[in-house]
Amino acid sequence: MAEITLNSLAHTYSDNPTKPEDYAIREMQHIWHQGGAYALLGPSGCGKSTLLNIISGLLEPSDGEVLFDGQRVNELKPEERNIAQVFQFPVVYDTMTVYDNLAFPLRNIGVPEHKIRSKVLEVAEILELSDQLKRKAKGLSADQKQKVSMGRGLVRDDVSAILFDEPLTVIDPQLKWKLRRKLKQIHEQFNITMVYVTHDQLEASTFADKIAVMYQGQIVQFGTPRELFENPAHTFVGYFIGSPGMNFIEATVNNQALEFGSHSLPLHPDLSRRLTELQTTQVKVGIRPEFVHVWDGSNPDAFQVDVDFIEDLGTYKILTFNFDGILMKARLSEDQKVPHGKAYVSFPEQWTKIYVNEFLVEVDHD
Amino acid sequence: MTKVENNKAWWLVMPVFLIVAFSAIIPLMTVVNYSVQDIFDPYTRYFVGTEWFKQVMTDSRLHDALIRQFIFSFTILAIEIPLGIGVALMMPTKGRGASLALILVAIPLLIPWNVVGTIWQIFGRADIGLFGAMMAKLGINYNYASEPMHAWLTVVLMDVWHWTPLVALLCYSGLRAIPEVYYQAARIDKASRWAVFRYIQLPKLTNVLIIGVLLRFMDSFMIYTEPFVLTGGGPGTSTTFLSQSLVQQAIGQFDLGPAAAFSLVYFLIILLVCWVFYTTIMNMQKDK
Repeated sequence: MAEITLNSLAHTYSDNPTKPEDYAIREMQHIWHQGGAYALLGPSGCGKSTLLNIISGLLEPSDGEVLFDGQRVNELKPEERNIAQVFQFPVVYDTMTVYDNLAFPLRNIGVPEHKIRSKVLEVAEILELSDQLKRKAKGLSADQKQKVSMGRGLVRDDVSAILFDEPLTVIDPQLKWKLRRKLKQIHEQFNITMVYVTHDQLEASTFADKIAVMYQGQIVQFGTPRELFENPAHTFVGYFIGSPGMNFIEATVNNQALEFGSHSLPLHPDLSRRLTELQTTQVKVGIRPEFVHVWDGSNPDAFQVDVDFIEDLGTYKILTFNFDGILMKARLSEDQKVPHGKAYVSFPEQWTKIYVNEFLVEVDHD
Repeated sequence: MTKVENNKAWWLVMPVFLIVAFSAIIPLMTVVNYSVQDIFDPYTRYFVGTEWFKQVMTDSRLHDALIRQFIFSFTILAIEIPLGIGVALMMPTKGRGASLALILVAIPLLIPWNVVGTIWQIFGRADIGLFGAMMAKLGINYNYASEPMHAWLTVVLMDVWHWTPLVALLCYSGLRAIPEVYYQAARIDKASRWAVFRYIQLPKLTNVLIIGVLLRFMDSFMIYTEPFVLTGGGPGTSTTFLSQSLVQQAIGQFDLGPAAAFSLVYFLIILLVCWVFYTTIMNMQKDK
């Protein structure tokens, strides 16, 4: 059981890094609390696997520290860290039976055979592998193999955290659901810290209590799925989470208003003050398609826009409209009137976010 | 769909059929033909049935050669396979060292058989050879020309030196094909070095080892040039293996019939042993 702290951690694969882009992991400060179920979400190449390998000790970070319960573990090898890791491609010991596979980590540390037996049977029961124990691991299907590699982490009493590196990539879609539920159940049962790396937002939000979104070697936001959706701290979070992603418009701040094209939106005085402090006039305005208000008819608060096309996704429709040369999307619920040619939209202030240098401008509303 | 009888597509198989006929079937059948006849000259020959086979099966000189042959093949397999795996495990995997090691290991493979024989013939001589001189300095009267054990030792050493690199290169390529994540998982499972070898490396080497064992068995079972160059099969008949007996019979005495029968038996023995090796190794990794 452990709390994992990343202290000023940074990692580069280059010999003499000069610019931030040379770093696979840019300097970060982060804490994974004991017993949490976390997801590390990001696109390919954002450094999430690197970060995972640093935690498990397969990689040594070039800067900063990894702490387990406040103890520096940088110098400890993976085998000394009491961590389990499940990889993207299932790793099983082909020539061993399922039983021997599960017993392997315990035999390696010299646990007596009768204790191994009870532990292996217990874990096999949970993973629904009991009837496969005598089979050679080689002949298993991908999802069973992945369960075996997970099981090798679960049999050990000393495991402080289990790290998952996109573990469901090679699993059939219908089995993904089952296995993900199993993971969740195991998490509740074992009260073990779990970090789950994925590039699939659905996988992340069904598994994790809190999601760390990673982008270009940085954790740009760490929050609940709801926070990521309602209040993206970075334009990337807005774009990456949600389907379709957030709409963004380049705007200029002028006279307590946001101006873009021939339109303008009033700016909340708090925000306006904050932007003045930041000494910037170039901002990005972000609003989620779910929060764009589409009116049934003309309205003094609404902008008139041209309908580009409408996609019917079954239970809802996505309206793509042309707002002064900028293509934006809005989500229409099933019972909503579908606009033709022209549409009338407005952007509720609560859901209209302002970004400077890609980061959210936050103000305390008090 | 109904099956077309007298399918013209069979003609497409013709080229392969012709190639196999000329490369394997016709030569083999020629040998079969010789093996059942007593040939005096191109115009005088008699059908003798299985007589040559009976003679070959009861020939005590051939029995001795066969036993020597088996001892030799199993000796070199017992040395070359573990040694090859060991060398492959020790070879560096990255950087300049890796290429250098590959070149060094591959050099013996590039040397022709008879040159290998000559090299060791000189190398083992006490008067001008480094190895022979060294043995003499150590007080051992090393003389492959008169001591059967020394001749054996030289032939075995020669073969190990010449062909262990083949096993090593095969294993090296097999080892390189193991994904890094297996080693990572093993570290996380706290596996010992031995356990990594036993449960990850060795199972993944099975396929290349099958090739290695079969190649080395077949080649060593047909060894001819090295002992021939070294001592001509001596001292006495101590290093006379099957292929040399065959050559003596076929070319030395021009006994075509018995030699053909012998060839067929020889061929069947190799086939049988390879089959036994192959099925044994394949069965070892079957799901029980």
